[in-house]
Amino acid sequence: MQNSVIVRTENLDKSYPLGFGTLHALEKITLSVAKGEFLGLVGPSGSGKTTLLNIIGSLDGPTSGTAEVLGRKIESLSHKDAAQLRNNHIGFIFQTFNLLPVYTVYENVEFPLLLLGMEASHRKKLVMDALEWVGLAERADSKPAQLSGGQSQRVAIARAIVKKPEIVLADEPTANLDAQNSHHIMKTMAQLNRDLHATFIFATHDEKVITYLKRKITLVDGRIEKDENMAPQGGA
Amino acid sequence: MLTLKLALRNILGAGLRTWLNVVALSFSFVAIIFLQGIYSGMNDQVERATIDGIYGGGQFWQKAYDPYDPLTLQDAHARIPEELTALTQNGQATPLLIRQASIYPEGRFRTILVKGIDPDQKVLSIPSSFLKSTEEIIPALIGSRMSQTIGLHKGDEINVQWRDVHGTFDARDVRIVEVMKTSVQEIDNNQIWIPLDRLQMLAAVPGEATMVVVKSGTKPPPGVSGWEFKSLDYLLQDIHAAVTRKEISASILYVVLLFLALLAIFDTQVLSIFRRRKEMGTLMALGMTRTNIIGLFTLEGALHSVLAACVAAVYGVPLLGYFATAGWALPKATDSVGFALGEKLFPTYSAGLVAGTTLLVLVVTTIVSFLPTRKIAHLKPTDALRGRMS
Repeated sequence: MQNSVIVRTENLDKSYPLGFGTLHALEKITLSVAKGEFLGLVGPSGSGKTTLLNIIGSLDGPTSGTAEVLGRKIESLSHKDAAQLRNNHIGFIFQTFNLLPVYTVYENVEFPLLLLGMEASHRKKLVMDALEWVGLAERADSKPAQLSGGQSQRVAIARAIVKKPEIVLADEPTANLDAQNSHHIMKTMAQLNRDLHATFIFATHDEKVITYLKRKITLVDGRIEKDENMAPQGGA
Repeated sequence: MLTLKLALRNILGAGLRTWLNVVALSFSFVAIIFLQGIYSGMNDQVERATIDGIYGGGQFWQKAYDPYDPLTLQDAHARIPEELTALTQNGQATPLLIRQASIYPEGRFRTILVKGIDPDQKVLSIPSSFLKSTEEIIPALIGSRMSQTIGLHKGDEINVQWRDVHGTFDARDVRIVEVMKTSVQEIDNNQIWIPLDRLQMLAAVPGEATMVVVKSGTKPPPGVSGWEFKSLDYLLQDIHAAVTRKEISASILYVVLLFLALLAIFDTQVLSIFRRRKEMGTLMALGMTRTNIIGLFTLEGALHSVLAACVAAVYGVPLLGYFATAGWALPKATDSVGFALGEKLFPTYSAGLVAGTTLLVLVVTTIVSFLPTRKIAHLKPTDALRGRMS
């Protein structure tokens, strides 16, 4: 199961116009990610981690080269197809949690299932399961404003995994959390990686996250500098 | 259905901001319906009073008669034709003779119309039965406005001068036997009503009339030679035109009200799109398309008008219902508008008015909500997630 490739990029470039010149955010990125990996894109700010994560998540397209996710070429997807890919197969976790403020915890987690058109009884079971996984079932009726940072990120994780996606993309998931909450979050995600066999790809420069990774790809100035397998030390 | 559910959740979740807009918009709903109801009621009321007072079910005019040209009055009389005599005899029509005359109240010259009416008629609401008299002096009926402007009251006598059909000047005293309270100026201002047979005799036109008023609901005989039938549509056209003019001037007020409410919604939408860029990015990341998001935000704006209609119903139905039954007391100066309004105006609200207003506000709100959301069509998910506008 671990061997099937679900993300593949080849000579992927991403550049942006900047003043009179061009900013090369990613250059010649070639990599492949197998199903079930627990992988981190690490590097300093501006190294291209988030840009690569966004392209894998079909939120952005490459300037040149190819990016293939679950057999679909990102560069040739229409807006609608890209939205469908995200809706069906990809879960996102953001640095700032990005919970919908007017919804309760339950409704936030339920949201991706509503977009999938799932029926109410099935939705309820999946939402409660996801909240159980992250230990927040008792806060289902709370609003995001009533939660701590750690709890908010756990709700975001529940929202990302509730539809049991093949890929979970986490952009600096611990950047706004203290050490204790960061370890708690990472342990939760490592557990979900094992239980759900979902592929986790992180963009991070947090050492605490890096200790949990099974594979680390180091980016510097938009290029892959190092791609190494790791022995997780964070209890994963 | 999902978009509707999400939009409803979002606008209810927005709390006070939503309710401020909803209340402002509901004022527009109630104001538009109230003002339209006032003019609709005014139209109905004036129409009803004028029909009862003078128009009946339409009028046959002697061919020379032109109410806008007083010089025609001298010749606007003819023998009542047989077709119309039959109607008058069985109470389905009543003849009126109109002559010009002059009076000198308190020594001042005043031109008036003397109108002859059958004291036994039941076609018009004019209290003509007061004109039944066997006395030598001619009994006369005037309206309350006429009484006020020339200072004549019940029991007073005044000298009336006129020319008969041959051009001979004559004069007689008349006694005011009743001052009728009427809102219809067409039977009041500058007019004195006397028995038809007396006026026919004084003007030397026995058996003749200027017009024959047909009773409401009576079918007028076709093709009466020398007489033209004026239908209610024709007779009421001046009233309708005047009400329409007043409606247009009133519409300026409700356009301003509606504009202010829509401005609030437009502002809310612009602010929403500015403040909720990150949310839009999140929605895109979760799998919504830009079209879905445009639909969601537009629907959120449009739902303000649905909620406003509900809120307007809560306080508007009892409020407007109260005015519809108790009426809107009019100041005395209202007489100057030239309408037969009476002392109270009763607004009328038709289902079409309510449905039309609701539809108008809904459509305009949807358009106003949609305009700012077009920006989303150019929004890149990555920019939105960073809180930037593309």
